[in-house]
Amino acid sequence: MAVTMNEDLRRERASASFNPELLTHILDGSPENTRRRREIENLILNDPDFKHEDLNFLTRSQRYEVAVRKSATLVKKIREFGISDPDEIMWFKKLHMINFVEPVGLNFSMFISTLLNQGTTAQNEKWLLPAQGLQIIGTYAQTELGHGTHLRGLETTATYDPETQEFVLNSPTVTSIKWWPGGLGKTSNHAIVLAQLYTQGKCYGLHAFIVPIREIGTHKPLPGITVGDIGPKFGYDEMDNGYLKMDHYRIPRENMLMKHAQVKPDGTYVKPVSNKLTYGTMVFIRSFLVGEAARSLAKACTIAIRYSAVRHQSEIKPGEPEPQILDFQTQQYKLFPLLATAYAFHFVGAYMKETYHRINEDIGQGDLSELPELHALTAGLKAFTSWTTNAAIEACRMACGGHGYSHCSGLPNIYVTFTPTCTFEGENTVMMLQTARFLMKSYDQVHSGKLVCGMVSYLNDLPSQRIQPQQVAVWPTVVDINSPHSLTEAYRLRAARLVEIAAKNLQTEVSHRKSKEVAWNLTSVDLVRASEAHCHYVTVKLFSEQLLKIQDKPTQAVLRNLCLLYSLYGISQKAGDFLQENILTDSQITQVHQRIKELLTVIRPDAVTLVDAFDFQDVSLGSVLGRYDGNVYENLFEWAKNSPLNKDEVHESFYKHLKPLQSKL
Amino acid sequence: MDSPARVSMGDAWSWQVHPDMESERRQPSFDVERLTNILDGGAENTALRRKVESVIHSDPVFSLKDNYFMSQNERYEAGVKKKFHLHMIAQRLGWSEHSREFRYAFRALTGDLALGLHHIFLKSLQSLGSEEQIAKWAPLCNEFRIIATYAQTELGHGTYLQGLETEATYDADTQEFVMHSPTLTATKWWPGDLGRSATHALVLAQLICSGARQGMHAFIVPIRSLQDHTLLPGVTAGDIGPKMDFEYTDNGFLQLDHVRIPRENMLSRFAQVLPDGTYIKLGTAQSNYLSMVVVRVSLLLDEINPLLEKACIIAIRYSVIRRQSRLRPSDPEAKVLDYQTQQHKLFPQLATAYAFHFMGTSLQEFFEESYSAILDRDFSLLPELHALSSGLKAMVSEFCTQGAELCRRACGGHGYSKLSGLPSLVSRVTASCTYEGENTAQASPGSTSKTSLPQSVAYLTAPDLAKCPARRAADFLHPELYTRAWAHVAVRLIKDSAHHLQTRLQSGADEHEAWNQTTVIHLQAAKAHCYYITVKGFAEALQKLDHEPAIQQALQRLCDLFALHGILSTAGDFLQDGFLSGAQVDMVRSAYLDLLFLIRKDAISLTDAFDFTDQCLNSALGCYDGNVYERLFYWAQKSPTNTQGNPAYQKYLRPLLQSWRSKL
Repeated sequence: MAVTMNEDLRRERASASFNPELLTHILDGSPENTRRRREIENLILNDPDFKHEDLNFLTRSQRYEVAVRKSATLVKKIREFGISDPDEIMWFKKLHMINFVEPVGLNFSMFISTLLNQGTTAQNEKWLLPAQGLQIIGTYAQTELGHGTHLRGLETTATYDPETQEFVLNSPTVTSIKWWPGGLGKTSNHAIVLAQLYTQGKCYGLHAFIVPIREIGTHKPLPGITVGDIGPKFGYDEMDNGYLKMDHYRIPRENMLMKHAQVKPDGTYVKPVSNKLTYGTMVFIRSFLVGEAARSLAKACTIAIRYSAVRHQSEIKPGEPEPQILDFQTQQYKLFPLLATAYAFHFVGAYMKETYHRINEDIGQGDLSELPELHALTAGLKAFTSWTTNAAIEACRMACGGHGYSHCSGLPNIYVTFTPTCTFEGENTVMMLQTARFLMKSYDQVHSGKLVCGMVSYLNDLPSQRIQPQQVAVWPTVVDINSPHSLTEAYRLRAARLVEIAAKNLQTEVSHRKSKEVAWNLTSVDLVRASEAHCHYVTVKLFSEQLLKIQDKPTQAVLRNLCLLYSLYGISQKAGDFLQENILTDSQITQVHQRIKELLTVIRPDAVTLVDAFDFQDVSLGSVLGRYDGNVYENLFEWAKNSPLNKDEVHESFYKHLKPLQSKL
Repeated sequence: MDSPARVSMGDAWSWQVHPDMESERRQPSFDVERLTNILDGGAENTALRRKVESVIHSDPVFSLKDNYFMSQNERYEAGVKKKFHLHMIAQRLGWSEHSREFRYAFRALTGDLALGLHHIFLKSLQSLGSEEQIAKWAPLCNEFRIIATYAQTELGHGTYLQGLETEATYDADTQEFVMHSPTLTATKWWPGDLGRSATHALVLAQLICSGARQGMHAFIVPIRSLQDHTLLPGVTAGDIGPKMDFEYTDNGFLQLDHVRIPRENMLSRFAQVLPDGTYIKLGTAQSNYLSMVVVRVSLLLDEINPLLEKACIIAIRYSVIRRQSRLRPSDPEAKVLDYQTQQHKLFPQLATAYAFHFMGTSLQEFFEESYSAILDRDFSLLPELHALSSGLKAMVSEFCTQGAELCRRACGGHGYSKLSGLPSLVSRVTASCTYEGENTAQASPGSTSKTSLPQSVAYLTAPDLAKCPARRAADFLHPELYTRAWAHVAVRLIKDSAHHLQTRLQSGADEHEAWNQTTVIHLQAAKAHCYYITVKGFAEALQKLDHEPAIQQALQRLCDLFALHGILSTAGDFLQDGFLSGAQVDMVRSAYLDLLFLIRKDAISLTDAFDFTDQCLNSALGCYDGNVYERLFYWAQKSPTNTQGNPAYQKYLRPLLQSWRSKL
């Protein structure tokens, strides 16, 4: 079907200063990746087995059913298309599920990967293949009703009984009920359960156990198991997040994952070699989440910017036709810094993935030296990017005015699907404090005369040992606000200073009080601030370094403007820090504000093309407002007509309530 | 007087308050009941409110229990049912439409009623209609013989009224208006109750008479048959589809195809069309803004801020029950509210809710004073009222939305469950940022009016300090000092933005282009102005509480926190012209952190004082008794996903799992 493109969007695309295809290649990593991604996307789009119905009109249980059906098809198709690379599977799923989640997702992301990381060869032989073919469906049960990020607080117990060579799993309290695992409520028949291991009368901490929870054949909960769905949520309608209560439930000894730690048949406990190894999985998931932040924000920006180019409102000059709302400075000021952020986070995500793979090879060779820093850095970056993205998606939604509130915009779904990232896989504040702990350790190390390396090496330059910290005027503070490199320096100074302030405040609290923990708590707002400054610096640094790798001049120019905007906008938002630490002068801050407004004007003609370069298919955006062709209003009207409330011209409630009661009043 | 005994929804475990909650209430530093009385505007109001609440909560029709499990259709149906049930009760008990009883009933029901726009229609009729029109339509409305809505926003046009496309062309031959939607983008879009319920709509349209366009006017248009509720000829209407919330309301669309209405259906308090088509203006062009201002002021107090109050109650109560990690290795796991980072998330929100309450009350007084004048066709106060209510509406809705979302996330994973009550609060409060005027558009008029210097901006001419005199952190705990700091920064930003505009104009820029190029800084100035107004209003309200020293002290800390949190969030604005030094910002920060610690012990009392019932909070995390986990487990088990079968297993999972079974 030939569709005419909206005239405004056609004009926007014609006026771009660069070729979006080249930018897409950069985002995908290579032209070859772009080609392969599109090939896979087309497989799905052209496959009649994937019907793309609009989930917005379905009830929760209908949505769950659709998602299960799609997952079942997915398993067959992945095999049929011969897709095995993890990235490719992810592209496949991303498009396939369209901003929604799948009930068997945890089987792949957590059940199987935990088996691989923590299971023995024999265990993998038994469980892996059936799990990959969805012949058994597993989930991963860690969080409890009363306990989350603080793992040591989990209450579920697994007590070894040498007589029968079984573990007895038990949920001793209401707060110990497993709560939240995806796919647990209705879908899974096995769960990897994290529980406190007791053997020979002693507690050895958390270990993982494979627990059958539903009977094969009937799918009924097994005796001793109470399992169900935790009820409706903000989003994740398709997902049956569940609860699990175990009452002295017995499983064979072989069901404890024993690659690292072991319990011998007689109950003897054998310790694992290193506990750093589990860091690997966490680092991987967090780097994936940073990528998710970038993708979610890129989608939100695509929708908001395209819609802003199509929407006309008010007037700038009386008598002239209503302008595109993207021509209003306030709208540009709302959206362009977010667009720049989406690009910045994309490069952070790519860096993290790359580093993970590099370090994973080191780990394979037994070198764990870089793992602590990476672990600390990924914690903070996960928190930093997810907090920012959370607020940014909301800002995009609000920039679409009233229509952003309708599910037709797709933005409410993007938001509610993304926002759990702030709390799962480690609550963000706790993540920031993990990074802070590493920063404090590094600071202490520098303080005691040892140099530190990696992203925190700026601490080596802190003048605090030699000079009074107030005399920061001796720092090289000639910041050129038009140079990404120089702006990176400014962020570096800010991070260094805020780390130092937090460290000093921590020392002061320690000297006033007995407990180190209390002092830590009373400094934690400062500590989070220091971590944020560190992550902000890392993001600016990675973005500006990316510019050096780009050959094509027009592409480099447009990304350079985005990089400047990202850096300068951050300075304007945190102007207090830069002024207070004398990194920038009053008049430089004024120039920063001015320069931001100039950049908005410079970026304006390229805005639509910059979101086109993210290369999202309409079906994956799931938004009437963000359609590539810009035919928003016609499709909005068509969409609304499908609403279930419009099924009959006169709604049944008229006969039930309106009519009888009207006569009584 | 003690507060009344509270029973949480009659669940077995709720007869006992959780010990962690009980310990919080053991030694309150002030009388919670007296603070509730202050918030209600007097003990007699508190008593009346509770009486209304007991009527509502004892009636099973009003139960909110299953809300989270219902579909859009079911929510709508329940909303309609409750609306009529409420009116029956009101008739029986003699509650009049504008009574406090009605307002309290609305609060107890958390507004979960259909036909909300019916009320807006009435208000608009009363502000824009002539005496004869009010006499004709108001009784029809009050008796629900018609169901009316207010249709302004169009598919392609929102806040900018002049851009609306719907036309009302006067035909002198028949003495009728021809109502018409000339384009797709002219389709009325979003009005509540329009999709399925309304029989009449107050339609805002461009008036065309004797060939001339006269701008926006309001017309009463019948859209559905009063006999069988079918759409009238020429009318296309329906529901606009699923939204983030407001599922109980059938937000709708409306297309008019040359629909004829009598001349008398144009609301004519401020403008008239005579039978021959002569147009007569009786007020300023601004008079149509009046109904928006009316709606906005009541929104702040009755709709938006209570959502933040409830979010604070839920998050703070949950934070004394939830324990996580240890503060000292030897201690049990600590209450999460004892963590500085958790206090830093929640207490500024609590302070904001109190600040808006006191600011809103004084805004309402100012409004009532101006409103009667405007009805007497004295428009001198309208510009300020419009500007002030717009700017504050923008600020209140933005802060309440961010605050409620922060509260939600401060509850960790459980805040994502609808059973916490928080997702509904968030998706509801966030709508306030765009309805009744998009926020960016709202904040801007706030700065345009500052040339005339009415009462709220009189500080612009007051003598200003160049530097803040504070020498110790404790100096920042004086309302006079921080109010002046906020006045200073607002004045500087207003002057800056005027200066920027001037510079642009002098360099030859066109006036309108220059305005567009400086809107970001105007917005910044408008925000600082609104913050100043709120700090000042809060501080002044507290001065009147001398007779309640304990309450005054507790609230004073919140006022201090609100002011200082704002300074820290925009420290750059205070540092940039040297008004605050770097050392002073450090003082502000240390004063702020100390306040968190001081507010901690009052936190539960301060949330209890809002006095929302458990039924009204409808939150498994936020109940008065603190039995969080038992309730969450119990409520989850009642979810339809657990009480009904699992067709997906039969259809899709079973076939997959079969092959494995054969191997076992």
